[in-house]
Parts: sequence; C-alpha cells; structure tokens
Amino acid sequence: MAEPNQTKTTQISLSTKIKRLAFDNSVPILFIIICLLGVYFSQLPAVFIVNQLLTRITRNSFLVLALVIPVIAGLGLNFGIVIGAMAGQFAILIVTHYKVAGFNGFMLSLLLSTPIAILFGILTAMLLNRTKGQEMITSMIAGFFANGVYQFILLFLVGTLIPMKNPDMILSRGIGIRNTIDLATKTGIKYALDDVLKYPFFEVLVVAAIVGIIALSINYFLKKKKGSGEVDNFKFVTLFILMALVMGTSIWVLNSNTLLKTVKLPIVTVLFITVIWVFNELIMKTKLGQDFRTIGHDMEIAKISGINVDKTRTIAMIISTVLAAWGQIIFLQNIGTLSTYGAHVQIATFSIASILLGGASVTKATSGQAIIGLILFHTLFIVSPKAGNNLFGDAQIGEFFRAFISYGVIGVALGLHAWNKRVQAMRKHLDTDAP
Amino acid sequence: MNETINNIVKRIGLPRLIIGLLFLATCLTAVMIDLPFGLIVSDILRRFGMFGVLSLAMVPAIQCGTGPNFALPIGIICGILGTLIAIEFNLTSPLLGYGFISAIIISLPFAVLSGWLYGLLLNKIKGSEMLVATYTGFSIVSFMQIAWVTLPFKHPEMRWPIGIGLRVTVSLASTFGEVLNKLWGFSIGKVYFPTGLILFFLACCAVVWVYSRTKAGIEMSAAGANPKFAAASGINVDKNRIIGTILSTFLGAVGVIVYSLSFGFLQLYLAPLYMAFPAVAAVLIGGASTSKIKISHVIIGTFLFQGLLTVAMPVANELVPEGNLSEMLRVIVQNGIILYALTRIGGES
Amino acid sequence: MAEDYVLQMKNIDKEYYGNKVLKGVSLSVRKGEIHGLIGENGAGKSTLMNILFGMPVIHSTGGFSGEIYLNGDKVDLKSPYEAMKMGIGMVHQEFMLIPDFTITENIKLNRETTQDNLISKVFRSDRLKTLNTGSMAADAKKALNRVGLTIDEWVTVAGLPVGHMQFIEIAREIDKTGLRLLVFDEPTAVLTESEADNLLSAMKRLAESGISILFITHRLSEVIQIADNITVLRDGELVADRKSAETNVAELAELMVGRKVDLKGKEKQSREYQESEVILDIKNLQVDMPGEKVTGVDLKIYKGEIFGIGGLAGQGKVGIANGLMGLYPSKGEVIFKGEKLELNNTKSSLERGLAFVSEDRRGVGLLLDSSIELNIVFTTMQTKGKFLKRFGFFSQLDDAGIREYAAKIIQDLDIRCTHSQQLTRQLSGGNQQKVCVARALALDPETILVSEPTRGIDVGAKKLVLDLLIKLNKELGMTIIMTSSELVELRSICNRIAIIFKGKVAGILKASNSDQEFGLMMAGEYQKIEEDGEGRLNE
Repeated sequence: MAEPNQTKTTQISLSTKIKRLAFDNSVPILFIIICLLGVYFSQLPAVFIVNQLLTRITRNSFLVLALVIPVIAGLGLNFGIVIGAMAGQFAILIVTHYKVAGFNGFMLSLLLSTPIAILFGILTAMLLNRTKGQEMITSMIAGFFANGVYQFILLFLVGTLIPMKNPDMILSRGIGIRNTIDLATKTGIKYALDDVLKYPFFEVLVVAAIVGIIALSINYFLKKKKGSGEVDNFKFVTLFILMALVMGTSIWVLNSNTLLKTVKLPIVTVLFITVIWVFNELIMKTKLGQDFRTIGHDMEIAKISGINVDKTRTIAMIISTVLAAWGQIIFLQNIGTLSTYGAHVQIATFSIASILLGGASVTKATSGQAIIGLILFHTLFIVSPKAGNNLFGDAQIGEFFRAFISYGVIGVALGLHAWNKRVQAMRKHLDTDAP
Repeated sequence: MNETINNIVKRIGLPRLIIGLLFLATCLTAVMIDLPFGLIVSDILRRFGMFGVLSLAMVPAIQCGTGPNFALPIGIICGILGTLIAIEFNLTSPLLGYGFISAIIISLPFAVLSGWLYGLLLNKIKGSEMLVATYTGFSIVSFMQIAWVTLPFKHPEMRWPIGIGLRVTVSLASTFGEVLNKLWGFSIGKVYFPTGLILFFLACCAVVWVYSRTKAGIEMSAAGANPKFAAASGINVDKNRIIGTILSTFLGAVGVIVYSLSFGFLQLYLAPLYMAFPAVAAVLIGGASTSKIKISHVIIGTFLFQGLLTVAMPVANELVPEGNLSEMLRVIVQNGIILYALTRIGGES
Repeated sequence: MAEDYVLQMKNIDKEYYGNKVLKGVSLSVRKGEIHGLIGENGAGKSTLMNILFGMPVIHSTGGFSGEIYLNGDKVDLKSPYEAMKMGIGMVHQEFMLIPDFTITENIKLNRETTQDNLISKVFRSDRLKTLNTGSMAADAKKALNRVGLTIDEWVTVAGLPVGHMQFIEIAREIDKTGLRLLVFDEPTAVLTESEADNLLSAMKRLAESGISILFITHRLSEVIQIADNITVLRDGELVADRKSAETNVAELAELMVGRKVDLKGKEKQSREYQESEVILDIKNLQVDMPGEKVTGVDLKIYKGEIFGIGGLAGQGKVGIANGLMGLYPSKGEVIFKGEKLELNNTKSSLERGLAFVSEDRRGVGLLLDSSIELNIVFTTMQTKGKFLKRFGFFSQLDDAGIREYAAKIIQDLDIRCTHSQQLTRQLSGGNQQKVCVARALALDPETILVSEPTRGIDVGAKKLVLDLLIKLNKELGMTIIMTSSELVELRSICNRIAIIFKGKVAGILKASNSDQEFGLMMAGEYQKIEEDGEGRLNE
C-alpha cells in the first residue's frame, strides 16, 4: 500500500470516489455478480425473467418499503410486519365475505385494514417500548405469537363467537376459515389494482428516462445558477449516464423482435409504490422525520432535549404496520388467492433479506436500497432453482441455496451490527477518557 | 389477604402458575370427557423424557451468560450427523446401544468444534446474543439442507430409493428406535413407564448438576452471572462463555438423538428450524429467566409444557374435531412466554 | 433588589433515602455575572444542579424543600425541558451531541424551525411541518459566530476536536431564545490548555452580552481568573460566599476541604511499622482505566502501614488499585515483596497475595444472586483450590467446609444476616461491604487494596468498616492500601496519604498536614503556589 508521492488535494479524486462507492455498496455489488451468474447458468429466456421480476417487484415493494422508517427510528429491522400483513388479510376476508369486488373492494380493504393495523402497531410498539435494546428479537417473537392468535381467531372464533355463514369461505364443519380463499376477478379483488391500467414496460421506461433526464438537467442548472459551490458533478454524471443507458436499452428492445417488448407494467400499482416512496422521502424532511432520526441515533439525547421517545417510536411502528397491511393487500390482489394461514408467514424474512441485499443495515436504510434489494432478491429467487438444476443436476439445491441466502444474509447483517455496536461502545468508552 | 396471594404468586412465579393451572384444567377436562387417561399419562411421560435433554441444553448456555441458546439447531445438526454416521457405518451393535451410544460419541467432536466456533462468534457480539443466535440457527439449518442432498451417505435406509439426497425422515426402527423407552419399561394398568428414557434424562440432569458444583462449573456460572466480578477473581470470562456454548451444543446433540430415539425417526431438512423455541419456552415456564436457571426449572418446565401440550391435543380434538387447536396453543404459549421473559430483561437491572 | 438576580435558590434541602445531601443551601446569580460554584465530589453540586433542572431523579426521590426564583418570580421546575423553556441552559461534561448529525442539526435539536405544507395544514399537526433548512442553517451560523467558532454549519460533528464540540454545545444553548443562565459543568476538564483559555474568554464574552454563567469546577485558579463571585459547598452545606477579588486559591482550597478531623489517639491506632521494609514498590505505573486514567505513578508502600490514596474523582486514584489487580490494561514496573509483579494478570496478582475490595461493590464486588458463603469463598476457591473436595478427575463443592468457614468469618466481621445462604442482594450496603472484605480476607492476603470502602453506606456502618480495617492492620499486621474520596476517612486511619492529580502523585501528606495543603494538592494548585514562593501556606 505504498503510495509515496501522493499529492494531497482537497477535492476527492474520481478513483477514490468510485472505490468508496464500491466499498459502501459491497453487498449489493456481490449479489449483482451472483445474480448475473445465476441468470447465465439458468439459461432462462430474458422475457420470462423480466416478466417474473416485474410481477414480483410490483407486488412486493410495498412490504419492503414498510421497513425503512423503523430502521431510521432506531427500532431495527421490523420483523413485526407480519402483524401488519395479518391486518391486511383480516380486511381482505371481510371484503371478500361481503363480495365487494374489483377496485372498490381493493380500496375498501385498504380502508378497513388501516384501523386494524394502527391498533396492531400500537400494541407492538407498547411491547417494543418495554424491551428497548432487544427490539428485533421481540418483534420477531411477537410475529410468531400473533400468528398463533391469528390462527385461533380465524379457525375457532369465526363461526362460533364471530357469526359468519359463507360456504365459500367457511370450512365444511361450519367453524373456521378455509385454507385458501379464492379472490377471483368477479367476486374478489384479484388484479383489482394491476388491471386498472397496463402499458408496455419498455415504452414506459423510455418515457421515464426522458422525464428523468430533463428533471435532472433542470435541477443541475438551477443549482449551478444559484452558485452554491457544492454541486456534485460526479453524482450528476453517473445518474445521467445511467438514465441514458436505460433509455438506449429500452429503445433497442422496442426495435428488436424479442418477446420482451410485450412485457407490460401495471401503471397504477407502480404509482402506488411511487407515492409511498415519495412519502418515505418527504416524511424525513418534516419535524417528525427529524425526530425519527434523532431517536434513531441517540435515545438519551432525544429524551433530554424534550422529544417524547416512546410516542415517536409508536408512530414509527404504526406507519410501518399500516404500510405492511396495505402491502399485503397489494401482494394478494396480484396473487389472486389468499392462503389464509400461510400467506403472511414468510414475508418478514423475505422483505428483510431483500432490503439487506440492497445494502441496508440495521441502522441505515433508504427506499432506494429497498427497491434495489428487491430486484436482486427476486432475481435470485427466479433463477436459482433452474441454475441449481443446470449446475448440480438438482433443482432442490438451487431452492435450498436461496433459502440459505435469505436466512444467511439476515444472520450476517445482524451479526455485523451486533459486533459493530460492541466496537462502538468500546470506542465510546475510550473517548470519554479524561486526558 | 391480598398480600399473601401476591406472595404465593411471587413464590411460584407467574408463568409457572398460569401454565400449571392451565395444565390442571386440561387434565380435569380430559377426565370429565372420559378420555383414555392411561394412554395420556403414558404419552406425557414419553414426551417428558423425549424433550428433556433438549431443554437441559439451555442450562450451560444461560449459566455462562450467553442467554437461552436459540442456536440450538447447531447442536441438533451435530446430533443428526452423529446418528447418520453411526448408521452409515453400521455401528449399531447392541453393545453400542444399537447405535445410540455410537451416535452420541460421534457427534461429540462435531459439537465441540461447532460450539467452539459459535462461542467465538458469541464473544464478538455480546449483548445481542439471542437475535444473532436465532438467525445463526436458521442459517445453519438452511445451509445443511444443501448438505443433506449432497453428502455421500450410501445406506439404503437413509437415501431416497430414486432421486438424490437423503430422505426427509429416516426410520430408526432397525437401529436404536425406542431402545431407551423399552429399557426396563413396565406397565401399571394402562400406563406405560419408559424407565430407561426417564432415567437417562434424569442422569443427564444429575451430570449437569454435578458439573455445576465443580470448580469449573462454579467458575462458569460466576462468569455468566457477573463478568466483572469473575474477571476480578482472575477468571477468563470469554473462555468460560465458549465452554458453556460447547456444553450446550453437545447437550443439543444428545438431546436430538434422544428425541429421535423416542420418536422413532430422525428428521432432516427443515425439521430442526424451530426446535430451539419449545426448549427455551420450557425452561422459561419452569421458572428460569434469560440470565438465571436451575436444573429444577428444566424438569418442572419440561413436564408442565410438554404435559400441557400432550393433554391438550386429545382434549382439543374432542371439543373441536377439525383443525389443530393444540398446535395453536403451543404457538401461543411458547412465544408468549418468550415475550414475557424479554420484557423482564430491562426490569431486572 | 431582587430583580437584579437572574437566579436565586433559597434554603434548599434535599434528602436521598434519609441521607441529607443538601442542607439549607442558597445561591444567587446576578445578570451578566460569572458565578463560580466549587466543592469536592459529593459536596452537593450536582444535586443542586439536578434540582435546578427539575431532573426526574429529584422528583422520584421525594422532591426537595426550598424555593427557586428566576428573575424574581418563584418557579417550580418539573423537567429539564421546562427548565430549558425558562431560559436555563447547560453545557454538559459529556457532550449531548449526535456525531452523525450536522452542526446545524445538533444546534437545532428538537427546536427545528419549520414551515407549513399542505399535509400539515390539513392535519393541523406541528410535527408534519417541513423543516426549514435555510433558516436553521442561518440560526446555526449566527450562534456559531456568537461563540466565535469559524466552521461551516453543514459539517457533521463526528471527528471534530473536543474543543469544537464544546463550542457547538454552547452555540446550541445560546441559540435558545431567552437564554438567561448558562451552567457549565466542569467544562475545562476535557480540554487542552489552549482550548481551555479559548473557552474561558468565550465565557467572558457571553457574560458581557448579558447572559449569566454558573461555572462549576475544581480548577481554583480558573475560577478566580474569570468569576465575579464564588460559592463554596462542602458536605451539602454552604460554607462560604466570596467575591473573587477578595479571596485567593489557598483560601478556597481550605474552604473546600477543611473540616474538623479528630486526630487524637490516632497514633495509638495505627500499627508500628518500619520505614525501611518496602512491601510494594510502584514505578511509573500507567493504567488505562476509562475515566480514571493513571499516567505515571511512583509509590513506595511500607510493610505494615495503612496507606491512603486520595484525590478528586476522575484524577486517577481509583485506577491504581485496579491496575495493580490487572483489571485494566497497565504498564510500568511493580515490585511486590521483592519480586516483580506480573501486570495485566489478575490471577497472578491474587496468587501473589494481593487482595482487592472493589470501589464498585454491586458491579464488581459481589455475585448479587448468590449466597453469602459462595461470595466469601469464591475467589479463594478459584485461585487456591480450597473449599473443594477432590474425586480424582473432578472436584465438588465442600459444603460443610464452606459453611464452617463462612460462619466463623460472619461472626468475626459481624455480618448481619439471617443465615449464610442468604443472597447478598438482600443485605444492606454496609453488610455487603463486609462480605466483600470477607472475600478478600479468605485469601489470607498480606496486602489488601481497599477502594472506597464506605461509599454509599450509612454513618454507623462506615465506622464499623473503618474500625475493621484498623483491626486487621493491628492484629494481623496486614498492609492496607485504601483509596477513598472521603478525605476525612483517609486522615482518620492512614499513616500517609498520596494525593493523585491528573493521573500522577501530586504529593504525599500526613494526616496532620493542614486542610489548606490537602485542598491545594487536590486542586492541583500546590505545586504552583510553592513555585510562586509566596509562602501563603504558612499564613
């Protein structure tokens, strides 16, 4: 590492900037490589992968975005989003029972799920406020616990304490909800959101890229005009090139004869996701968002400067739980059937693994990381069985590999976080030394 | 009056009291609805012995200060490996307990090695043991799924007849299935008493108890109860945490061998994923906390928790024939008690 | 002329669990004045400040009696937040800054300026208002200018020098509208000399701009240099109010420390010892104990004496014993009984015959959830293998042996308990301390290091513990090295007392030396005055 004649410049050179970018994003970069290898070995047609990916991203992003705010507020990765998902499923069951179908049914389930999710969020927050420092394990166990209660309500209280007669939904014995509920288009909310408006994906991409480039340029020149010296040229150029690439690829695809150009994008679903993304960004610019950050960094200082820590944490949990409930509804309208006792069980693991693959950690997460992670996680999901089959002659190995990745990446992230926390605590100890 | 009630509750401990009462109530219901009580009692005894050693694995972990061992699946995997190897090489003569003893011996080096590595990890992440442990366990189990498909075991009883990899469940009928249950087993009326199984569990408890009264055992408990105190007496705290982790991992291995023995099958793939939770819940019900535990907590807790689940199953089936009410009860009780213990961590200090 | 005063605290009394820590203390600060508040550790300064800031710890322990006036109006402060609203600010000893935040964000913490947006208007919620980053930055800039810190307000705090952080704290306080009184708690303790000078001049400027300053410190020369008036507390009592022009460092030192020590009969208490036989020879000992760093201590301790180590908190006196026992990383050379002592090895220190009673009784000294008997024999069992029965490979607790020994020592030390299996958690502070001493004695040591033996125990028990130490010294000939913040105690039983200042030995005094000498030495002023040669010591 001998670099003797390095001249010290105040400006950070481009190469160090790229190095730093690579280092900061080592996790996503590693998994981009694994994904590309997976895509290569799976030999799946591009149209299949893109199609699958779009479906999976649009139906899962809401759930992953629900994780961002608790991380910022210092509650860690919210394993309790399963509880939010249960709220969403309760709402769907009600809506399906009363046969409110289509878009109306969808909107009604969002509406109904909200108060339930708020209540669940408050309850979870009460628990987490009593177990400060152990939030993640508590939210995880709380999810397991809630699952037991959820089953108890739906399997035993429905039809006994909760009167309900609906042969399509109730088990033949008259008590308990069936294992799967059909959300078919005419009677349920299947595709209620996705089918409102669909456009060819690559056309949308071209338009988005053009809009993006224009917006970026205007922003850049406005900043330059203002004369503030801190215009980030590097960031601008990178983004510009990226968007130009997207546009170029899309135009190429549209002019080619591949099936890819038939891939369609559910516009309204994407709009929903964008709204939440913007919401996540905007709320951080408010007083409440600043309070989230403050309690996330140091609860003690926050308390002394007069922030009501417990209440702020509760708000963060409510937001996360409500978003999870809505997310589950969007997820299920795309799936089209509700697996009453299974649909929610794995979503915390999958969503958390996703956001971690995107480069988030227990203390830092952005909406961008959520989406990037989602793309990576689901690429892996789509290609690994086939890649496993082609490489090892057994699709199981690919499946097991992806299960291992979901758990492993969470395990590694948690371990690193705990280790870091300890190192920091030790360092803080040393810093407070009197001279 | 109120105070005496409070005192009694405090003495017995809220979890023990609630689960105990629930257990009694289900037993009474069982009697009232005329269930075959002999069979139920036999079942309680069997499950008590079957789960006992797994719960006992919590003792060294909590004593050495790393908290309930949610990474018990590591030990379980070692036990499974030991059993598979014992069967693969036909180390199943009656002298070797039809493979029972050889399985334990073979799993020992695996447990020592993985416990040591895992202990090193735990020393790096002090303060967040439980969460990291849970996901370490999950990761190992999911990783081993790949291993079960790829490891070169050849014995016909474990491989799928067609296709690749090991079976999901491996029958132990031809090896050490139920050998402990039958050892000196006897019946009183309709109650079958699995003497060997219960004795083995109690013997394990005795060994752990005796160990906890040796110099090394006391050293380990002190390191766990108050690391600063231990350090001031010249004790290497990190080393003791590793020893505790190794012991817990090994007991986990023995635990799963006993469990499989009594169950009659060895379960691979995802089966070990959640096995730590009932063991943790049992000792917490027995009166342990995340930092304090006694052997009596293991015995009482395992009996109450497994007893409750055993009785609840036929009772629930009788009352509401479809669906799995007892499984729900297990989920609620098990996770409820862990949540309760978590809320107590802050309160104690 | 009550209006002249920004702050008046009148007749403040405060009790903690029956222990009077403030007795009729009054304090008045004028507008634009710098008021010094000095006193030893435990003199009641921090309790007084906790009362002023309405800290929860005060209310949860039964409140206080007395009155507080701000600008002549009687006030009843219930929380630090309320105190802040009333215009009282504090610059903490440990910075209340978030490292990953920018300077602006830290200065405007929970006082961010906001502007309405569509949603906040609809919901009429203040918390949903957008942050006004422009005005926040402008405010921060202004505050930074006022304290004279030229640094960009958008820089993150992490990595800034300590001096800067302190100024940022001050900037945050003066940015609060209506700040009338600013409390500085030992502000120069963490600063280099030039940084400290900077700070003092900034404080003067602030005072000139009309903000009153309450300056809590141990550094007597600093307080004389900038304060207008000085209040001295000792043992929870107000001992003096002085104009700084009319006093000097020596007088302040005497006021701070002085109390009547009964020296009669002392010579009889301590054991005869030879000043020739050195049992412990410490050369350039350095101990990296957080908050109590030892930077180079040389001491010779004679066999059979009771040696005291005193000094103010944070100066490193506690670090010495901890370093000798290998509990914190140490360097240097220590000769014990003619042989070199291996540092950083607790086990070898114990085996060589050093025993230790920790200053942190509940944290380090005891297994709170174990029995008294196990606590007593534990260390001996681990280092010497006693109290065990051997069965070939393995060993078992020797219950009978332990019980017998515990019963004897419980009787010897008069530990009040129901039986020897009682948990130590259930004992009173004094009896817990005796268990700690018993554990040290079980080792059969030649030399015993006792740190803060009377901290947090009641008066009667204090005397018992001290008598016990004397008895051990006289009857068993034990060498005792006692570290204590309580100078009176040190002077009542020790032959010689080393005063530690800034991690080094400032000097060794006898119990019979004057209060003034002790006070000056503890405040680090002894050397300076001697060098000045003004001979004030002999006034």
